[in-house]
Amino acid sequence: MAGRVEGKIAFVTGGGSGMGREHALLMAEEGASIIVSDVNEAGGRETVSMINSKGGQGLFINFDVASEAAWQSAVNQAVSTFGRVDILVNNAGIFMMKMMADTTGEELDRMLNINVKGVFYGCKHILPAMQKAGGGSIINISSIYGVIGAPAASAYQASKGAVRILTKSVAVEYAPYNIRANSIHPGVIRTPMTKDLMATPDSEKAILASTILRRAAEPREVAYPVLFLASSESSYITGAEIMVDGGYTTV
Amino acid sequence: MAGRVEGKIAFVTGGGSGMGREHALLLAEHGASLIVSDVNEAGGRETVSMINGKGGQGLFIKFDVAKEAEWKAAVDQAMASFGRVDILVNNAGILIMKTTQDTTGEELDRMLDINVKGVFYGCKHILPAMQKAGGGSIVNISSIAGIIGMAGAAAYQAAKGAVRILTKSVAVEYAPFNIRANSIHPGIIRTPMTQDFLVNEKTEKAFLGTTILRRPAEPREVSYPVLFLASGESSYITGAEIVVDGGYTTM
Repeated sequence: MAGRVEGKIAFVTGGGSGMGREHALLMAEEGASIIVSDVNEAGGRETVSMINSKGGQGLFINFDVASEAAWQSAVNQAVSTFGRVDILVNNAGIFMMKMMADTTGEELDRMLNINVKGVFYGCKHILPAMQKAGGGSIINISSIYGVIGAPAASAYQASKGAVRILTKSVAVEYAPYNIRANSIHPGVIRTPMTKDLMATPDSEKAILASTILRRAAEPREVAYPVLFLASSESSYITGAEIMVDGGYTTV
Repeated sequence: MAGRVEGKIAFVTGGGSGMGREHALLLAEHGASLIVSDVNEAGGRETVSMINGKGGQGLFIKFDVAKEAEWKAAVDQAMASFGRVDILVNNAGILIMKTTQDTTGEELDRMLDINVKGVFYGCKHILPAMQKAGGGSIVNISSIAGIIGMAGAAAYQAAKGAVRILTKSVAVEYAPFNIRANSIHPGIIRTPMTQDFLVNEKTEKAFLGTTILRRPAEPREVSYPVLFLASGESSYITGAEIVVDGGYTTM
């Protein structure tokens, strides 16, 4: 039986671990071929290995999303291998907990470079590859921290707020190309990026205080919404924000 | 291969036509048994007929969602037939296109009775049936008119805004029962309720407003998001708003 993204070509950044890996694996399970990118080469190659061993097709590209030139050549490589790209998941990102007063200029630059420019360049340079496909779906991973305020994450919040609204701009500009663009806003997800925050039962409880489902999500619980947005089942959804947060932003 | 709501019991109000019928049919295609309600008896029986004709199981209950006593009796009947309810789609609703100035007291009452109380009573009285199921998913159909302002639908906007936020209240209250609640916000959908506004290209263009996909949706394009919220794939999504509007609210 055909998978929900059968025959599609999907590009997932930050696919070497955590949520990115899960997005890549689930889409591969549903029939897509996957370009996995990461600066973490071992992790990225492992993700591709997992895809290939289940009979799927994966390609690893090691590049830094903050570099526009690297994006351009990564897309070129994807197109020369697969001919087109149907799905882009801008998942690569960094997280930093610091009060605004303590955030240095270098830390702010790094956050904006990876989390904002990385997504911007991805959306910009994927266009010709999606035009070759006759359309596509762009999924940008924002965060609940791109929606509500929280202490000690101002640089991260600035970057995720940017992704939230940048996505709508892309949705408007790319609609004539039959390309949809939506943002996903994960809450507290159990990944390498959050493990320090949930190191003890007390710290886990504290970080989950506003999550009405009272637990962290497993990465796959974000991968399914990504799959939904990647597939044509969301054909009338564009410029939208999907909260995947166990109700965090609800209270 | 098991459907995505295989073996679930789903209750869809306003299932006699338009989007409600499509929600019922798609959930049935994915393995759910359906309770279809409507005040439109012929339409409701036809939906059940279509479900049964494809090997599914459907039950029609004629009742007025605005009446609390009728909601209670309908849920009792659903329990007697199926033992529990897993999914509730509060889809029944009316549209009145009138400005604030021109809306009569009776029109406002009717709008609030059906579109707000109908959803409220549904959420209230479904609880014991979902507790029997050990959990569940409530999907309330709001509208883009519950998010952004437009001229000439004031009572409808009040009603759909109420549904949007009422849903979050239900999400918070019902989380301890393993019940999720989310709202869907359709844009311009091709159904009997909108056919007068989509009568020719000129009226269609005006009605579509800032829909960046530049076309109305087919009902099934809303049913797939309903299926997604009804199924376990949205297990970490509660209190959220899924906007299915072709980008209308994006601009």
